Amino acid sequence: MAEPKLVIAGLGKTYRTGRGETVALKDVDLAIDENEFVALVGTSGCGKSTLLAIAAGLETHDAGAISIDGEPITMPGLDRGVVFQSYTLLPWLTALGNVEFALKAAGTPRHEATGIAQAHLALVGLEGFEGAYPSELSGGMRQRVAIARALSYRPKMLLMDEPFGALDALTRHHMQELLTAIWEKHRLTVLFITHDVEEAVYLSDRVAVMTNRPGRIKSIIPVPLPRPRRYELISTPEFRKLQLDVLEEIRSESMALAALGKVLA
Amino acid sequence: MTAAEYLAIATAVFAALGIAWYGFTASGMIRPLFLPSPGQVINRLRELWSTGQLAADAGISIYRIGIGFLISTVIALPIGVLIGCYRAWEAAIEPFVDFIRYMPVVAFVPLTILWTGTGDAQKFLIIFIGTFFQQVLLIMDNVKSVPRHFIDLGRTLEMPEWRILQRIVLPSAMPGIWDSMRISLGWAWTWLVVAELVAATSGLGYRITTAQRFFLTDLIFGYLLILGILGLATDQIMKYAGRRLFHHREVA
Repeated sequence: MAEPKLVIAGLGKTYRTGRGETVALKDVDLAIDENEFVALVGTSGCGKSTLLAIAAGLETHDAGAISIDGEPITMPGLDRGVVFQSYTLLPWLTALGNVEFALKAAGTPRHEATGIAQAHLALVGLEGFEGAYPSELSGGMRQRVAIARALSYRPKMLLMDEPFGALDALTRHHMQELLTAIWEKHRLTVLFITHDVEEAVYLSDRVAVMTNRPGRIKSIIPVPLPRPRRYELISTPEFRKLQLDVLEEIRSESMALAALGKVLA
Repeated sequence: MTAAEYLAIATAVFAALGIAWYGFTASGMIRPLFLPSPGQVINRLRELWSTGQLAADAGISIYRIGIGFLISTVIALPIGVLIGCYRAWEAAIEPFVDFIRYMPVVAFVPLTILWTGTGDAQKFLIIFIGTFFQQVLLIMDNVKSVPRHFIDLGRTLEMPEWRILQRIVLPSAMPGIWDSMRISLGWAWTWLVVAELVAATSGLGYRITTAQRFFLTDLIFGYLLILGILGLATDQIMKYAGRRLFHHREVA
């Protein structure tokens, strides 16, 4: 068995503010295998985005270790492509320009960048929109460009922070299908943050459930559903069962929190 | 609302004000010394135009504001960007800029005359004092409002800091900076006229002071109109240029 791609062990993060300390993450353990799709679910504020930011190298941690291919993560790097929830397309560049921007930063020669960028826009179904500016694109289209951009320079893994969180339900379903199709065809190691249980189960090989502050991985639920997955899958009993399992894990967590609230009150 | 409708409303307001002005003066309720008629003002302007006086006065004022504003902007731009990017530089410069900013520009007029005489240099200096400190703060805010995620994107692409500044922060802040320039140019007009009213031997402001001495109210009104038109025109040009330069800007 090969070493996991991303290894997180005993990771902790504490924010120090003027009013005291907030423990955002404590003893987080998670390993993601090569070409595995792991979804991380938890309620808002549980620290899942903080975990992703640490994996991206945009945030520091103060306990434990995190490494990719055995290399400790201390800084952002081209080996990790990041897709954020908010729209991060540069508004002064076209769709093509935004993908080329990443390729050029990654050192791709100019004459190759255009071709690669076009191919990746085609991959996310945006052929014909190369010359469109972000303001001319819908929310779903913008996130598709962001995905194309993150894939274009061939990172070792993709970190996605609620990338479809700001989209309407119909567009979100469409994006989930698109991402699954791309992933099933091209295989890539993915850490996908979401608070949408259905989305987590539909997309992933394993669902990691995170506890509330301090954030910790409470349980990991394997998703042995067959691939390729089509959207019809979500109405099958197997899917429903898994969805309920994950929900139950989250629910018992929030029940515990509510009980704690009663005790304190 | 279409652009044509917008223009129609704006023009109608100007026309209404013009008619009201004409009505007042034609009724004879007000002596021409206090409020000259539109005809008088236009005649005066026509006369000054034919002698070349109007073009000369406007020319020198435009020259002064052009140079003064340029000096101010060229210095304010790097400083504003610097303090917008780095907290330590902000601590070093921002409070000082705020401190100066609250001093009335008019109070600097005697000092500037003492330092540089009553020539063009003094006009540049007044325009500089009046606009520079405001510009620095406006530009700082423009730079600070660059979305955090844009900078994070540059970092995930392993771009060095100066590349992020050059390729992400500046292009992102540019539309806002352009707007700040447009707004501060409006203030620069005020400071120019203030400088010319107090101590000058040419320019629109100077002509207004001499007109006051001879009770040439029509000239004062005429030149005020010219100042308004010049201000409105530069503002519209800046707006138009901004739209052309930053056409990709979010509409919503």
